[in-house]
Amino acid sequence: MSDTFPIFDVLALRRDFPILHQEVNGKPLAFLDSAASSQRPRQVIDCLEDYYRRYHANVHRGVYKLSEEATYAFERARGKVAMFIGAANLREIVFTRNTTEAINLVAHAWGNTYVHEGDHILISLMEHHSNIVPWQMLAQRVGAKLDYIGVDGEGRLVLEDIERLLTERTKIVALTHQSNVLGTINPIKEIAKQVHAVGAKFLVDGAQSVPHMPINVQDLDIDFLAFSGHKMCGPTGVGVLWGKRKILETMPPFLGGGSMIKVVDLDKSTYADIPARFEAGTPAIGEVIALGAAIDFLMNVTLKTIHAHELTLIKYALDRLSNVDGLTIYGPKTMENRSSSISFTLEGAHPHDIASILDGEGIAVRAGHHCTQPLHRQMKVAATTRASFYLYNIPEEVDRLAMGLEKVKKVLRG
Amino acid sequence: MDNFYQEQILEHYKHPSNYGRLDNPTISHEDTNPLCGDIIRIDLLIEDELIKEIKFSGQGCAISQASASMLTDEIKGKTLAEAKAFSKEDLLELIGIPLQKNPSRLKCALLSLKTLKAGLYGMGTMDDEDL
Repeated sequence: MSDTFPIFDVLALRRDFPILHQEVNGKPLAFLDSAASSQRPRQVIDCLEDYYRRYHANVHRGVYKLSEEATYAFERARGKVAMFIGAANLREIVFTRNTTEAINLVAHAWGNTYVHEGDHILISLMEHHSNIVPWQMLAQRVGAKLDYIGVDGEGRLVLEDIERLLTERTKIVALTHQSNVLGTINPIKEIAKQVHAVGAKFLVDGAQSVPHMPINVQDLDIDFLAFSGHKMCGPTGVGVLWGKRKILETMPPFLGGGSMIKVVDLDKSTYADIPARFEAGTPAIGEVIALGAAIDFLMNVTLKTIHAHELTLIKYALDRLSNVDGLTIYGPKTMENRSSSISFTLEGAHPHDIASILDGEGIAVRAGHHCTQPLHRQMKVAATTRASFYLYNIPEEVDRLAMGLEKVKKVLRG
Repeated sequence: MDNFYQEQILEHYKHPSNYGRLDNPTISHEDTNPLCGDIIRIDLLIEDELIKEIKFSGQGCAISQASASMLTDEIKGKTLAEAKAFSKEDLLELIGIPLQKNPSRLKCALLSLKTLKAGLYGMGTMDDEDL
């Protein structure tokens, strides 16, 4: 590998991830599916365990010590998330179950109120189903029109489509920051300007970007950001919706119940201020606190370092994979605005077979459409195989992937 | 898993039995697994309650195609009743690879049986549980 690698002591960091040190089918595990879900360092696991061992209690209500301690840790985690993404105020952070729920929250709580019949909603062909289906449902509910920005042969957004499809009637644009299939990083900051010029709101699906690069929501000037804890070394069951305060304040609740109310009468209730208004019922308390620990962990490495590390891995992977005969990579072939995920097909090999044979070599990749059926239809392929990289991956794993693919060819084509 | 790609499976994948179409099939049925793009079409020529001819066509992963190849070999010459009674367990025994702990690949193997049975019963498609 080049002399600019490693950028940090990744082997030392790997020691913090107990799950990576196991054998699968007699070979050391090479986990190349972080885009689906990342692994957790022991610091996050320990944090969650410590919570349950020492101070678990329901939050926001108790006057007793355990509850105060849990509440303090919970709200401190909210502060960490705010700081992590550069939010102006921690009250702009709403905890959800995951990215999908966060987007649904906006589609319902904001969409039902502010999108009307004949209005336009704009998304793209590269979106994950979680950033398509909620908008289809909203469009159906209110009678709005749903349009798609196209994707070109290089796996990039067709920027001319944005010009063409943004109209005075566009109420919201929802785009992914980084494609989970193509690895394309979209020019969110520039697009935000165009979206606001027509008076529309801009929601960004940050599920694949927030874990992998520094994000500042104020600098990007977006209106909503959704992301998941489990893709950023945090636990499953916790996600985040960030929204600009002045927008969140105008939104009615999403789910109704405890914690999101002020006064409950028989026939009606008044609702709490943000963010409590959108956090009905008991939250995933331990998981939120553990997400805070994940943020501490990532910030210790720094997102800048993580991003640089990944770029080195991706560059190496693109290089090695382009030397595998019969392999087609979908998405940008160059390093310009691309990261983390590489999806490909191999001639004469079905993705399921590729994934199974690689599994036999201890390598974990994903096969299928990766929750992007419209994108795969556009690419004219039913399924692809995807390898994705994160802070704990090493160049040897790229080598093993390339060698594994040669084995796939040998087994299937003989 | 290496265990899946035994010689028999690979042989049937690379040189499938009964591959092609029938000119005048009594029954022709197609099913797909949209999650991965596997397609199987089965053409049957049935005379006097016997499956005289059977062919399959389509594309997909090694397990789905090998399963179809082995299934058509087995079903050819059987009675309609015998074919209808051919179960999921029978197919797994025929294929001879351990798929029980691998539900996603199990689905690949069952596509051919789903297609056959849905065709025989005159249904659009069948659930894996009903096989």
